Amino acid sequence: MESGKNTRKVILDIENLSVSFSQYDKGFAKADLDVIRDLNVTVHEGEMVAVVGSSGSGKSLLAHGILGILPYNARLGGRMLYEGEELTRKRQEALRGNEIVLVPQSVAFLDPLMKIGPQIRKGKKDAAAREKLDRIFEGYHLKKEVQELYPFELSGGMNRRVLVSTAMMGNPRLVIADEPTPGLHMKMVRRVMEHFREMADRGAGVLLITHDLEQALEVADRVAVFYAGTTVEDADVKDFIKEETLRHPYSRALWRALPQNGFRFIGGTQPYVKDMPKGCPFGPRCDRYCEACQGEIPYRKLRGGKVRCLYAQ
Amino acid sequence: MKTHMFFLGKQGIRMLLLLVCVSIAAFFLVSVSPVDPLQANVGQAALGSMSPEQIEKLEAYWGVGEPPVQRFLAWASDFFRGDMGISLLYRRPVSGVIAEKFANSIWLLAIAWVVSGVLGFCLGALSGMKQGTWIDRLVKGYSLLIASTPAFWLALVLLMVFAVWLKILPVGLSVPIGMEAAGVTLADRVRHAILPALTLSITGVSNIALHTREKMIDICESDYVLFARARGESNWSIFKNHGFRNAILPALTLQFASISEIFGGSVLVEEIFSYPGLGQAAVTAGIGSDVPLLLGITVISAAIVFGGNLIANILYGLVDPRIRRGGGSL
Repeated sequence: MESGKNTRKVILDIENLSVSFSQYDKGFAKADLDVIRDLNVTVHEGEMVAVVGSSGSGKSLLAHGILGILPYNARLGGRMLYEGEELTRKRQEALRGNEIVLVPQSVAFLDPLMKIGPQIRKGKKDAAAREKLDRIFEGYHLKKEVQELYPFELSGGMNRRVLVSTAMMGNPRLVIADEPTPGLHMKMVRRVMEHFREMADRGAGVLLITHDLEQALEVADRVAVFYAGTTVEDADVKDFIKEETLRHPYSRALWRALPQNGFRFIGGTQPYVKDMPKGCPFGPRCDRYCEACQGEIPYRKLRGGKVRCLYAQ
Repeated sequence: MKTHMFFLGKQGIRMLLLLVCVSIAAFFLVSVSPVDPLQANVGQAALGSMSPEQIEKLEAYWGVGEPPVQRFLAWASDFFRGDMGISLLYRRPVSGVIAEKFANSIWLLAIAWVVSGVLGFCLGALSGMKQGTWIDRLVKGYSLLIASTPAFWLALVLLMVFAVWLKILPVGLSVPIGMEAAGVTLADRVRHAILPALTLSITGVSNIALHTREKMIDICESDYVLFARARGESNWSIFKNHGFRNAILPALTLQFASISEIFGGSVLVEEIFSYPGLGQAAVTAGIGSDVPLLLGITVISAAIVFGGNLIANILYGLVDPRIRRGGGSL
């Protein structure tokens, strides 16, 4: 399994991605807010990778960064490779909506005044686009009449399938799902996740961005644990079966907080962007925090995964 | 269907109530003002040369001594039967005077309304889509400048530039002076309407442009535009599919509701260009104490303004699917 996965082609490779916003502080002093500092994630063909982090850790910016739709005052750093080549602005514009697709959180991301059909077709009226959409809808068991509805007329069950359909209008090689199942119960979540699993099984890479570790563990192949703008661990889903196979203290804390593992939580909160500690962002909440943790901490390979911690063995 | 009938019925009653209130208010104001209908009708000099018997007769004819409530009821009951009374100044039925003046004004108002609406929407949309660029600053600056410019002042400036200095457009009136009515061509009428219509259009633009700009900025920051961008839609495609659709409805509503402003503006502008329209007639009636004409114009204007607002309301129900299909009450 492990070796089989490595022979697969890498679709997306993100190295030390950083996103910062320049904004005006008190008076006219310009301040840079580093929302994402060191984000590393790799997605292979046919693989589903979950980026798991709590709210406010900057997860959605990852999606927007890949698609090139960050606000104008955002600055990107680090490296993004798509199919082995630098993902430049020009390539982003050419690929988004076609090879790289986003599945948003809710129908609030649809224009309330445009009917579903024309909206998914992006206003195209040609026969080819119509036929393609009809086929996609059939595949998701959506009636043709749904195309004539407005977003507010969709039922909860239709919502998700319609949003997933938007992704299938292109020829997705990389699917980015940004919190695709907020507030849904587990049964519904499984059904939605099946759609993404299906896309992965057809060869696309799926990047699932979520705050829900439990859900990620159900469907994903690998999990990148994201804390305060930094990826602290990259682990195979199997590593989450036991606490001992996990590498980073934050991943272990997440593991212990799962209901089946005792619901135990640790003290403190994720630091705010403006008062980020030096070095390891998790330091202040870690029992092994020491002087060395305040320096540069490399993202290193360990037991088939990766970790950003000096003590992990 | 039933709810629609109910809606229209309710609006009809509201309009009736509004007209009653407006006419009562106008009547009250006129009745407390020192208006002498006799003097307005026959003139100061003629009044002085009349015998007391003649004056008494005329006073009885115009109902001078009667209490205001009785006078109002007499006027209102005639009005309901379609008789708006006789204009004291024009000495013709009020309905005829209003019809003639309205025919002159309506072109002016319609052109100004359409031009300011279309131009304002386009400028506002462009400015909102290009927020922060020089185009945006230009449109915003222009709108704010115009918004704080009085219409009559702008009218005077245009008059000076085009009629006095450049001499390419007439100074005033709706037809050339000293020409037989039969000899007046459509081109003549259009030439005379250009300056007043231009003034009203220019001043009408700023409101709609600024509102559309705000709306467009909101739209551009919305989640659905972000998603459209993520799906690879170009700027033009985003405007065509989402921007226009979401901005046009509030713009239309605003434009219908702003009929009152263009109407109000036309009073000043027509006065400056001596354009014989409804606005000028209103001023003449007010200054000349022509109570029947003044009341007639007041009621008709109120009805038109109310009509504009009503159309705005109905349009919302027709255009917005959330109201049309959502089954929400109008």
